[in-house]
Amino acid sequence: MKYMLMMNTPRDGYAKYLSWPKQLIAANTDFMHAFARKLAGAGELVSAMGLASPVQAKLVRAGDDGQPVTDGVFPETKEFLAGYWIVQVENAARAYEIAAEASTAPGMGDSPLVIEVREVMSAPP
Amino acid sequence: MTLDVRAEHLLRDLAPQVLGIMCRRFGDFAASEDAVQEALIAASIAWPRDGVPDSPRAWLIQVAQRRMTDHVRSEIARRNREGALAAETDFVVEPSTQEVPEVGGLDHGDSLLLLFMCCHPALTPASAIALTLRAVGGLTTAEIANAFLVPEATMAQRISRAKQTIRTSGVAFEMPGERERAERLGSVLHVLYLIFNEGYASSIGPDLQRSDLANEAIRLTRAVHGLLPKDNEVAGLLALMLLTDARRPARTGADGELIPLAQQNRTLWDRQLIAEGIALVSAALSRGSVGPYQLQAAIAAVHDEAARHEDTDWPQILALYSLLMRMSDNPMVALSHAIATAMVEGPRAGLDLVATLDKDDRLASHYRLDAVRAHLHEMDGNHEAAIAHYLAAAGRTANIPERDYLSAQASRLAGRNEREA
Amino acid sequence: MKYMLMMNTPRGGDYQVMSWPKKDLEAHIAFMIGFAKKLGAAGELVGAEGLASPSQAKLVRAGDGGKPVTDGVFPETKEFLAGYWVVQVDSAERAYRIAAEASAAPGVGGAPLNMGIEVREVMSGPPKEQDA
Repeated sequence: MKYMLMMNTPRDGYAKYLSWPKQLIAANTDFMHAFARKLAGAGELVSAMGLASPVQAKLVRAGDDGQPVTDGVFPETKEFLAGYWIVQVENAARAYEIAAEASTAPGMGDSPLVIEVREVMSAPP
Repeated sequence: MTLDVRAEHLLRDLAPQVLGIMCRRFGDFAASEDAVQEALIAASIAWPRDGVPDSPRAWLIQVAQRRMTDHVRSEIARRNREGALAAETDFVVEPSTQEVPEVGGLDHGDSLLLLFMCCHPALTPASAIALTLRAVGGLTTAEIANAFLVPEATMAQRISRAKQTIRTSGVAFEMPGERERAERLGSVLHVLYLIFNEGYASSIGPDLQRSDLANEAIRLTRAVHGLLPKDNEVAGLLALMLLTDARRPARTGADGELIPLAQQNRTLWDRQLIAEGIALVSAALSRGSVGPYQLQAAIAAVHDEAARHEDTDWPQILALYSLLMRMSDNPMVALSHAIATAMVEGPRAGLDLVATLDKDDRLASHYRLDAVRAHLHEMDGNHEAAIAHYLAAAGRTANIPERDYLSAQASRLAGRNEREA
Repeated sequence: MKYMLMMNTPRGGDYQVMSWPKKDLEAHIAFMIGFAKKLGAAGELVGAEGLASPSQAKLVRAGDGGKPVTDGVFPETKEFLAGYWVVQVDSAERAYRIAAEASAAPGVGGAPLNMGIEVREVMSGPPKEQDA
């Protein structure tokens, strides 16, 4: 079964991350690399990506002539996807275990990261 | 069993030669490329088992021809079944099975022709890059996919689509005419330059050579330079690549972090590459012509000649950028020109120039605009503005080491601020 | 350059696919399959997935000893990711054109949904030397 593990961030989350002390950013990066390597080694990692800052995000629709109409994202959008993992596992419990591990990534603040977990359909949306 | 390194290199060198011969014989680039790919796969299975044949090139040609014949036959059968009995004059049913004489190695004209085809302006840059790496570079689809971090199927499709585009564009396997040649060569150089810029060492180990696109770009550009020794822009591009690649050992830190030119340990630079690059660009410039790649190479040469960053001849670099600005509309050149200006005339002069670039749409949300501003504000002692722009730049780049470098600069200045407070 | 194209759907909004007439749902799925195939054939598709209904989404964090602690998603969460595509293209403009096409996927009655597709670049590795 495939699951998507999503790391969501509030709108200013990315900017905050950039202001972390250099060593903390390095620790977070090292964690992410090691984590991905471990999942890949176990044959559980399908893909993993980090996304650029929400300030770069564009919202695109088809205009009347089919040409793209691009806008900035809505001001009221509170959360953005910061990164994700797609994992292939036997059951939901294993997906939650992996998510729990992802949530221990080094960061600021007292509480661990919260990871959204949802099953992936077997065909494109 | 797999091929050993020597056999792999042999295949990579032979691949474009065989492709050239097939194209001449059958006139169908796309089908020839398919046939050559199959021959290469066959070799990677048969050679480890049976040993490398005495005439490896002839072996590949024979297998490729057989695949081609099989393909032609099944095409005809298919058309017959579908009742479409078109008189196809472009199918050669019985190709020669003679031994192809080994003509002193590389068939020069063919490699260049292949490059012209693979870098045809009708192709998107991504397609041209992929096709060039495979058809001329002899890299496998998997190797190319790995270098660009996409699934192999994606890369296979990209190459397939590229070949289709060439087929439908009706490009013939022949040298472009005089008038077209300059433009077509420009496309080739542009693609090679893009490959070089994509390049980086993946990791220490046996994979290093394979995914090192920078080395591949240099290898291909050397080949073009060998075929067109009098072309100054080709020499300029090769020089630029060598002079840039010379600095590679100093460019990344122990933790993979980016080290900018100003802080690089210059004892790690490759002096041989620098010497070669300087010789190439000097020779080209002395022949009187001037072109963008030559100018960029000249700038790189001035940097590489400085024993320490403080010894850099900035006035000369500024003069070269001013010349380059006249030939190139590229806003990135304008940004570099602004930095050089700052080094000669002070940061305010540089900042004034950057201000004029605010109106350039192409730079609008580009991280480098903020990055350059940040650097100049720092030079000017305006730490608050520098921090803001470093952070803005960090938020704008999609390149991880770049982002980490920029946020570290902000951190550094903020730390300094706190200590001074 | 790699871009992620995200189809974020509002909770309770237009994308209640399970309540659509069967014919419309089939047309929608056919569009999505065809769309992914087209991107694949062009060599631009790096990955694509559709996600299951958000009603099953869980929020997970590490509890004591690293064991997973799961919760349902917050009631005030307004939007959910329904699916995405990751594409490799030469320019942002090409990414936006692809997104515009995705945005026109058919919904109820076959009318284009005209969803806003969020487009953002994917972070990449190679360092680029760009000094003056």
